[in-house]
Amino acid sequence: MISVDHLTKYYGAKPAIQDVSFNVKKGEILGFLGPNAAGKTTTMRILTCYMPATEGTATVGGFDVFKDSLEVRKRIGYLPENPPLYTDMTAKGFLEFVAQIKGIERREIKNRLSEVMEKAAITEVANRLIKHLSKGYKQRVGIAQALIHNPEILILDEPTVGLDPKQIIEVREMIKNLGGEHTIILSTHILPEVSMTCERVIIINEGKIVASDTPDNLTKRLKGSESLFVEVEGPRKEIEAKIKSMKGITRVTFQRKTNQNVVGFRVETELHTDLRKELATLVVQQGWGLMELRPMGMSLEEIFLHLTTKEEEVSGA
Amino acid sequence: MRNCLAIFYREVRSYFNSPVAYAILTGFLLIAGYFFYAIISSFLNYTLTASIEAQYYQMAPPIINVNMMALRPFFLNLTVVMIFAVPLITMRLYAEEKKSGTIELLLTSPIRSAETMFGKYLAALVLYITLLASTSIYHIILFIYGNPELGQILTSYLGLIFMGGSFIAVGIFISSLTENQMVAGFVTIIILLLFWIIGWVATFAGPFFGSLLEYISLLNHFDEFGMGVIDIKHIIFYISFISFFLFLTLMFIESAKWRTR
Repeated sequence: MISVDHLTKYYGAKPAIQDVSFNVKKGEILGFLGPNAAGKTTTMRILTCYMPATEGTATVGGFDVFKDSLEVRKRIGYLPENPPLYTDMTAKGFLEFVAQIKGIERREIKNRLSEVMEKAAITEVANRLIKHLSKGYKQRVGIAQALIHNPEILILDEPTVGLDPKQIIEVREMIKNLGGEHTIILSTHILPEVSMTCERVIIINEGKIVASDTPDNLTKRLKGSESLFVEVEGPRKEIEAKIKSMKGITRVTFQRKTNQNVVGFRVETELHTDLRKELATLVVQQGWGLMELRPMGMSLEEIFLHLTTKEEEVSGA
Repeated sequence: MRNCLAIFYREVRSYFNSPVAYAILTGFLLIAGYFFYAIISSFLNYTLTASIEAQYYQMAPPIINVNMMALRPFFLNLTVVMIFAVPLITMRLYAEEKKSGTIELLLTSPIRSAETMFGKYLAALVLYITLLASTSIYHIILFIYGNPELGQILTSYLGLIFMGGSFIAVGIFISSLTENQMVAGFVTIIILLLFWIIGWVATFAGPFFGSLLEYISLLNHFDEFGMGVIDIKHIIFYISFISFFLFLTLMFIESAKWRTR
């Protein structure tokens, strides 16, 4: 449904996202997880044709976001981080306007309006001016606005930010119900939100994708692991098997092949164990050449910690 | 077309559902009413002295034309008031959307930038024409107590509509450049003032630049409308002027979708 290929975006000389690639299947709910300023909004803005990428391509429903932007925009419902509301209109009047510019047939507008207002639970405030609505209702009008033309794809940028805990639960419930029917990408910096609503998670930090997996697997991987990078001269399969069989190693992933015989791996170990000495000994004993061995900076761990601290704010609230 | 109308209705509603339209309308009517009163008073004073003088020298009273001596200066005064009123109408058109983030809704909806722009342009034009229409009461008064010529009044209004259309085109362009309404309004006033007075230095600017400056002066092209003449060359000038600034606006908005850095 959505395919993003090596997307890079610079603001001036500063990269906002670099080499971002991922795919989203039809009906899937994808979570975009990362600290603030990680590049979530930038990626979403490119997908919604708000701005172009510096490099790379993205297609939505088979249409290129740059070349067939009008077709893409027909298929996308978008809730930006600050819901785009004309505050001097009533909720109903605003949604009617959005329905018009999204190209809904005149005779269908009324039906769509009542359906969407019911879905977003804003029927009781339909005739009130948006500027008099509470933050939670404003957010829901924003969601209704994204749903109005029944888009195949929903892109929600931090849909629960600024809401109170009860509203957060309601919105999450709503998003969950929308999955299946719609393909959804939502961004958040709150970890439990992802595990509650999403089928798949992409963690993005400093403009780069650092992990992509199901929430369960990610949690397992993230909790209690440290990673090393090791580059060895020798047969790839054999090295991989040997390292895997070492005590305290949880996961070995192939990373790169610099030269004919030199291969690099990411080796994840249990928390608070430093296996560098053992690893080096193993390589030397086997008669391979140790080209490089360094800790991988625990980037995932750091992000995770960052995200879990945010989590406490919510669950404690 | 449908999209264009949707934008148009929303903008018009936003003008008239907020104090914007009424504040501008009130201020404008206050100033225009004052001008009308001042001009008609001095016109009456002049006709009175002229007829007394004629009686004194036992001559036929001079023919004094209310159109040329009262209405023409009145319309010229209106053009100056519009230099300040139109920027107040246009400053919010894009700047407000940029500030509040609603531009994100417009740019990610299946609607062309040109449709958005024309909808906004027409809405501002409608408010502008409302301002003009509100001055029609003065002419009704004149028709009750005098005999002005209708044709010249109508051509003057036609000229004012073309001129206001040009002002709005400048205003909408400036508004598309910034997210700050104050800046948009102020810069528009300065630019319109420049276009108004640019002809003044024409005599000193040499033959080529002189005629060029005179040509692009917005006010020069209004003059003949004010005298009751509809000349196609002035209409063509105003339409080209409007098209040029609307084109610039469109280029600037669209450029956000090309700039890859």
